[in-house]
Amino acid sequence: MDLIYSTWPWYVAGPLIALTMFLLIKMGKKFGMSSSLRTMCSIGGAGRLVDFFKFDWKKDVWNLYVVAGVILGGFIALQFLSPTAPQINQEVLVKLQELGINSTNTAFLPTELFSLESMLTVKGFSILLIGGFFVGFGARYAGGCTSGHAISGLSNLQLPSLIAVIGFFIGGLVMIHLIFPLIF
Amino acid sequence: MKQFLSFFVIGLFLGILFIKSEVASWFRIYEMFQFKSFHMYGIIGSAIALGIIAVKFLKSTEAKDFSGKEINITPKEKGFTRYIVGGIIFGLGWALAGACPGPMYVLLGTALPSILVLILGALLGTFLYGVLKDKLPH
Repeated sequence: MDLIYSTWPWYVAGPLIALTMFLLIKMGKKFGMSSSLRTMCSIGGAGRLVDFFKFDWKKDVWNLYVVAGVILGGFIALQFLSPTAPQINQEVLVKLQELGINSTNTAFLPTELFSLESMLTVKGFSILLIGGFFVGFGARYAGGCTSGHAISGLSNLQLPSLIAVIGFFIGGLVMIHLIFPLIF
Repeated sequence: MKQFLSFFVIGLFLGILFIKSEVASWFRIYEMFQFKSFHMYGIIGSAIALGIIAVKFLKSTEAKDFSGKEINITPKEKGFTRYIVGGIIFGLGWALAGACPGPMYVLLGTALPSILVLILGALLGTFLYGVLKDKLPH
C-alpha cells in the first residue's frame, strides 16, 4: 500500500505520462489538455461572437471526457490516497518563508494563495484570475501547453514545441525570480 | 458509451497520476523554477525520452490505431513569434498559478472555490485570444 500512499517518484510518473500519450495516439487522438478550454468556450456559445470558436466541437468532445475523468481522479487521489503533503527542498522552504508562505510541507497547495480567505481579498483573487488568464491565453497563443508542446511536441521532435518550451521557462523564471519579490 | 468510458478511464488514471506525482502542486512548480529538485525534470525528461521512442516506433512500423486507421501525428505549424511570446505568457501564468491546464482540472478535487477562479481565468484567457487572434503576430 506504500506504493499508493507515498509520492510516486519521477521514474514511475514520467513513463506513465508517456504511456498515456501512447494510448491516446493509439485511440486516434493526441495528448493535449488545453484544447479542452477552447471546446468549452465553443459549447458556451463563443462561436456566435468569435470565428475562432466556430468549429465542430462535437469532434473534440472526447477531450471533455478526459477532463471529467481527470476531475474524478484528482478527487479520489486528494481525498483518499494522499495522506502526506509534498515534501519540498529545504532551501526552497526557507525562500518561501521569506515570501510569507509558511504552509510548505503541510499542504498540497499554499493556503496563503488558495484558501477561501485569500480568495476573497482583492490581491488573492487577482493572483488566481491573472494566473489562470495567462495560462489560458498563452496556451492558445502558443498552440499548446505542457502536455501538447513539452510532452507531445518534443516527443515528435518539433522545433516549434522546443521554442514554446523555452518560452515556458523564460516566463516561469521571470515570474518567480523577478515578479514574486514584488507581489509577495 | 464505450467511447466515453475509454476516455474517462484515461482521464481518471491521469488525474490520480497528476496528484500522486505532485506535478499539480504549486510547491513543486516553484521548486522546479528554483532548480532545487530533480523531481519535475525527471518526470518531464523521462516522459519525453520514452515519448520519442514511442513516436519513432509508431512511425517506423506504420502502426495503425485501435480502430485500424492510419496514425497521423500532425506536425506543428512553422513559426517563431507565436511560440516564444505565447510560451512566455503561458510560463508567467504557470509559475503564478502553479498549475497548467491538466492540473487545474485535477485540483477541483481539493474542493477549494479558488480553483474555479483559476479555471475561469483560463477560459477568459482562451476567449480573449480568440478575439485578438487576427491582430496578434504569429
